[in-house]
Amino acid sequence: MDSGLEPRRENPVRQIDVSTDTREILARARRQADERKFDDLFIVDMDSHHTESESWADIIAYLDDEVIRAQALDYLKNRTGTPPYGLNGDLALRYQDCGGRIPHQAARREEAGGNGLHRDVVLARRAYESMSIDRQIVFPTPMLFLGMHPQFDMEPLLGNAYNRWTVDVLLAQDPKLKSMAFLPFNDADEALRTVEEFGDAPGVVGFMVTSVRNKPVHHNRYMKVYRALEERGLPLGFHAGYYWQDPSMMQINRFASMHALSFVWCNVVHCTNWVMNGLPERFPGLPVVWIESGLSWVPWLMQRLDHTYMMRTSEAPLLKRKPSAYMAEMYYTSQPLETDNLKALELTFEMTRAKTQLLYASDWPHWDFDPPAVIWDIPFLDDEARKNILGLNARRIFDLEK
Amino acid sequence: MAEIYVGKQEEFGERDRKIVAQGDLEIGIFFVGGAFYAYENNCVHQGGPVCQGKILGKVEEVLGEDKTSKGLRFSETDIHIVCPWHGYEYNLKTGRHPGDRNVRLRPYDVKVADGEVYVVV
Repeated sequence: MDSGLEPRRENPVRQIDVSTDTREILARARRQADERKFDDLFIVDMDSHHTESESWADIIAYLDDEVIRAQALDYLKNRTGTPPYGLNGDLALRYQDCGGRIPHQAARREEAGGNGLHRDVVLARRAYESMSIDRQIVFPTPMLFLGMHPQFDMEPLLGNAYNRWTVDVLLAQDPKLKSMAFLPFNDADEALRTVEEFGDAPGVVGFMVTSVRNKPVHHNRYMKVYRALEERGLPLGFHAGYYWQDPSMMQINRFASMHALSFVWCNVVHCTNWVMNGLPERFPGLPVVWIESGLSWVPWLMQRLDHTYMMRTSEAPLLKRKPSAYMAEMYYTSQPLETDNLKALELTFEMTRAKTQLLYASDWPHWDFDPPAVIWDIPFLDDEARKNILGLNARRIFDLEK
Repeated sequence: MAEIYVGKQEEFGERDRKIVAQGDLEIGIFFVGGAFYAYENNCVHQGGPVCQGKILGKVEEVLGEDKTSKGLRFSETDIHIVCPWHGYEYNLKTGRHPGDRNVRLRPYDVKVADGEVYVVV
């Protein structure tokens, strides 16, 4: 009865779960890439993730402090039922997988094989090849909370152990993987030392502040850090995160609500301080990238700050232009791109000068990831803008051959 | 119009599914509430493999007469397919998103003849 111009295939139902191979999960992204000829483009993914806590035994071996290292190794070996040593954060509040509906966020238990490559390298390759990505900046996941760690010393200890492991393993094994190294921002001296140690490391193309923290970015103690970055031509990224324990967020009952606000709020605060204290005037050669807050907050903050600044100019004496003018010269990663209202999106792209300032990011494997087709399929963009956003803007501001 | 053979009707229990493909076209066929429904395996949101996601009852919030919340439950009549890429959910009987009925999976007719199931493309 089948008229059958092409043979029918029956796919035994392969419900995608935590054991499904990345290439199968992203098979339709591969098809999108083929249909749009992404292999002919240079695509940079500004923000992907691995779960560094799965490699915790390897990372803590890089800890400088021999007592902390011994404690961490013993903890890992002998304690049960606890998260990896030294990590703070939301622990049992990680509901990103939406009650098990989004398996690639819950876990990745697929076979990775090896051929001598670290599992995270294998998984990253499967993902970036599926999405036709040419360079991919990899960030940690649980460590995004380290800025709120109650033990002051733990952020630089763990951060630098992570940086060393990343350089020695992930970046050394795959030149397409890049890092914006973890900057232990709660301690400005340690942050500066981190820039000096890793600024020239192969594959390190910038530095990243985890935005979940209560530290004013305009404090005098940070000026030496910004100067060191500017002198080296290394971009500074602020990677957003959520923090449900923030007093205002503790009024919120749903993960969806908290995530929608908290992932933006941390960068709203830092960006406000950055602009109103004239840091773009003090460090005009320092590219600043706002990561993983989406884009819709930017026009809102531009309007709020411009409106206030015009009435209270004396409170931002270093500024020579409106706040929005400085914000339009910063860089923003695209994900999660809010595309539900195209008219609003078009105005957002215009206000943020997306053609030159927007940087594509996937956030893979997290629950709200965007494949590159999300950018390519925006109807009001021309091809030049699409190519810029997908990779050429990033190539311009980062040394991606490093 | 062509018909793609899916399988025998007796192979399907409640909430069972199959995915058949012809060329690049993949179609999920679902048996829900005693009837067949078929949709393209292509999420309206970003093109994810929606038919390979979890099948769950719609989450409902129970309200008391005084409008206080009495907690959550899974619907036993509104059955959803959840896209494994991002969690977009669709009612399996209508193919529509519960939050916006204009967001709808591409449906296909299903034909049953002599205990054999076909999807019409």
